[in-house]
Amino acid sequence: MTSTSPILQVENLSVRYPGSAVPAVRNLSFTVGRERLGIVGESGSGKSTVGRAILRLLHGAALTADRLQFEDVDLLAATERQMLSVRGRRITMILQDPKFSLNPIQRVGAQVAEAFRTHFACSKAEARAKSIAMLEAVQIRDADRVYDLYPHEVSGGMGQRVMIAMMLLTNPDLVIADEPTSALDVTVRLNVLTILDDLVRDKGIGLLIISHDLNLVRNFCDRVLIMYAGQVVEELAARDLDRATHPYTRGLIAAQPRIGGSRQPLAVLDRQDAWETDRGAQP
Amino acid sequence: MLAALIVIAAFAPLIATHDPYLQNLGDALARPSGAHVFGTDELGRDIFSRLVHGARITLTIIFLVTIVVGPIGLFVGTVAGYHGGWLDTILMRVTDIFLSFPSLILSLAFVAALGPSLNNAIIAIALTAWPPIARLARAETLTFRSADYIAAARLQGASSWRIIWRSIVPMCMPSLLIRLTLNMATVILTAAGLGFLGLGAQPPLPEWGAMIATGRRYMIDSWWLVTFPGLAILCVSLGFNLLGDGLRDALDPKQMNKR
Amino acid sequence: MRRAVFGQATGIIVTLLGLLILTFVIGRIMPVDPVRAIVGEDAPREVYDRVFRQLGLDRPVWEQFLLYLRDVLRFDFGTSIRTGQPVLEDIKRVLPATIELATFAIIIGASLGIAMGVTAAVNKDRWPDHVIRIVSLMGHSMPIFWTGMIGLLIFYAALGWVGGSGRMSQFYIGMVPETTGFLLIDSAIAGEWDVFKSALRHLILPASLLGYSSAAYITRMTRSFMLDQLGQEYVTTARVKGLSSRQTVWRHAFANIRVQLVTIVALAYGSLLEGAVLIETVFAWPGFGQYLTSNLLIGDMNAVMTCVLVVGVIFIGLNILSDLLYRVFDPRTR
Ligand SMILES: Nc1ncnc2c1ncn2[C@@H]1O[C@H](COP(=O)(O)OP(=O)(O)OP(=O)(O)O)[C@@H](O)[C@H]1O
Ligand SMILES: [Mg+2]
Repeated sequence: MTSTSPILQVENLSVRYPGSAVPAVRNLSFTVGRERLGIVGESGSGKSTVGRAILRLLHGAALTADRLQFEDVDLLAATERQMLSVRGRRITMILQDPKFSLNPIQRVGAQVAEAFRTHFACSKAEARAKSIAMLEAVQIRDADRVYDLYPHEVSGGMGQRVMIAMMLLTNPDLVIADEPTSALDVTVRLNVLTILDDLVRDKGIGLLIISHDLNLVRNFCDRVLIMYAGQVVEELAARDLDRATHPYTRGLIAAQPRIGGSRQPLAVLDRQDAWETDRGAQP
Repeated sequence: MLAALIVIAAFAPLIATHDPYLQNLGDALARPSGAHVFGTDELGRDIFSRLVHGARITLTIIFLVTIVVGPIGLFVGTVAGYHGGWLDTILMRVTDIFLSFPSLILSLAFVAALGPSLNNAIIAIALTAWPPIARLARAETLTFRSADYIAAARLQGASSWRIIWRSIVPMCMPSLLIRLTLNMATVILTAAGLGFLGLGAQPPLPEWGAMIATGRRYMIDSWWLVTFPGLAILCVSLGFNLLGDGLRDALDPKQMNKR
Repeated sequence: MRRAVFGQATGIIVTLLGLLILTFVIGRIMPVDPVRAIVGEDAPREVYDRVFRQLGLDRPVWEQFLLYLRDVLRFDFGTSIRTGQPVLEDIKRVLPATIELATFAIIIGASLGIAMGVTAAVNKDRWPDHVIRIVSLMGHSMPIFWTGMIGLLIFYAALGWVGGSGRMSQFYIGMVPETTGFLLIDSAIAGEWDVFKSALRHLILPASLLGYSSAAYITRMTRSFMLDQLGQEYVTTARVKGLSSRQTVWRHAFANIRVQLVTIVALAYGSLLEGAVLIETVFAWPGFGQYLTSNLLIGDMNAVMTCVLVVGVIFIGLNILSDLLYRVFDPRTR
């Protein structure tokens, strides 16, 4: 499914937060085409940091890269002004936890509509109609009513879908989804994934899915990056995951619980310092 | 700056160039000059020397108020916080009542009732300055009360007084010290305000607020009479505020929101 | 909810009662003999005794307190020795001047404090933050009565930009009828725009100084509230949507601290009254503070205690008000 012209190209991206000794992301390189790319890694491995780095939302952190190209925009050289027209319009990011990522004192509908009105001149009523249509598209029943609720009045799963609606409303070319389904139960999770899947298929967008759930990524993505301590340890096609060579990846796979699998105790990762050593610039 | 204040107060007689009470009517309202660095007042007294001696009064007020208010606030707060129940309710009600006045107004009322003098001003300020300390001490106590090591001490049969004194009081100290430091700035301003209204130190004492009050009549022609005492108050109170603010950042960043 | 309201009401009543006890006690400890203050130094014995009984001083203390309580409930606070008027009438007359001053001051102080607090938070640990810290602490460290004098020296005597003492020029006094007691409103109603201008020129300096001194507290609280909010995830959401950092700060983060700020501003308003007492003396402002201090100096305890009581009640009122506003404005508490 990989097309010839990639949407996003990242070469040797490194990010270091102020006051921390080691970089949160080291020499990361990957490309995203019109496909579903998964980034998997344990908590704290730097996955969310990658998303924020792409949107240049890491104030105060030191960001270096050889290349950070999004379509025709050089994200490294772009001014803040240019970034404003990229963020929310051409690249969006579905944030991790709807409990915290929605403004608690604004009605959810207004927050969705704001995403649209920031980039398109239109009347309030138009924006409202658009938003409600989008809320319906992410399978929120009774979208008219939900539009006027406050975040504390919607459930976690609904909040997550509100978030997704907000981020898809402007027809972006690249969507970064940071644990888009972590707050959802299994049935809703499938629903949401289907919505995202349809988007990739119909509109040909690029989708970067960040997750620590190997099974989800295996079933849903085209390609997978495995991250450990800020670095990519392995890059594979999703269907080849079982043939992973890196010991960390193998450990992760072994640690996945499987229905109907053998009832042995879960494998415990046997970490090795060597995984953390600098892998150097990758071609 | 504060060290300078203490040094100035301690060696006031040495630093002062003139006798702060010595009148020289022939040399009244003299501009700042080589002989009188900050000029002279309406009675020909050297303003610089009076300021230097005034530092002693200010320090005395701060010192007395702090050693009265600190222990009282600490006592009320820790006892209320540790025991809880009706004792807590009553003590905190009383604190709230005191807190429902601006402190200057309450001190004014106390001084009015007691009669104007430096001593009464100190008493009045002390009476109004303990409640915020007590509140803080209580809040701190509540966060430590349920800690495991306190429970352990209780199991060992330590008396509540002993627990409060040995375990809780030391834990409250850092934020209490910050609060007291910031409080000193307020105390200085309140004392100066009382002096200004003629309710604190009485003339001829060289109290800074009182000096401003007398200088006011000559203000238009002789600006130095009010300017320098005011600057002195500003410097000292700013010094305490900066110190307290710095301590707050250094010692406990989380206390920022508490009053 | 109903329980909370009930609990709060009890709390308020207890606090009010405590307030009364406090003023009663302060009135007791004064070294001046209240009877002598009324009958004079050399009144005959029987006159003295009669007044002594009239004042109820022969009864036990608790009975005296009940009498005091009864008077208060009837809104009878006695008469002022100095003016010979009922104290409450006096206070009603002088209060508007102070409220006008304090309200202007809080508008200035809140705008300044909020702007500085937000700027400091957005630029945390960079130079604007440091500058703002010093500037706001300065305002907090200045003796307000002194600042007032220096202000008069500079802006009135030297530069002539503002009016001097009093609420308006001598020339205009008595020109507008007192309808509300708020000079700006009265002169506007009467269409006397010269008086209005004069009043504004007189108001601006004391109000600005008072506002500046109250800005320190507002700045500090705004900064710390703002820092809390800026670390929240929804702020990132707003940025991801493509909002500029200014839009994010004001439309999202600031919107979330508005409710807390109301509380802070209400509290700051209360402590403004404190500064008002001092600055009114300097500016010969015919308000509550001047009334209080001039009665203090002659030992008119009736008037003083009533003033203290009024301030206490205003303080409690502001606390209740801010609580109410909190409930009304925060969707989560509805
Ligand atoms: N604002 C920040 N300042 C300093 N360090 C940070 C900051 N944000 C993240 N980090 C650090 O950077 C590292 C990577 O964090 P990141 O949030 O990218 O992890 P993650 O892979 O998304 O984890 P999770 O699965 O829990 O979301 C962590 O060690 C974290 O402590
Ligand atoms: Mg994350």
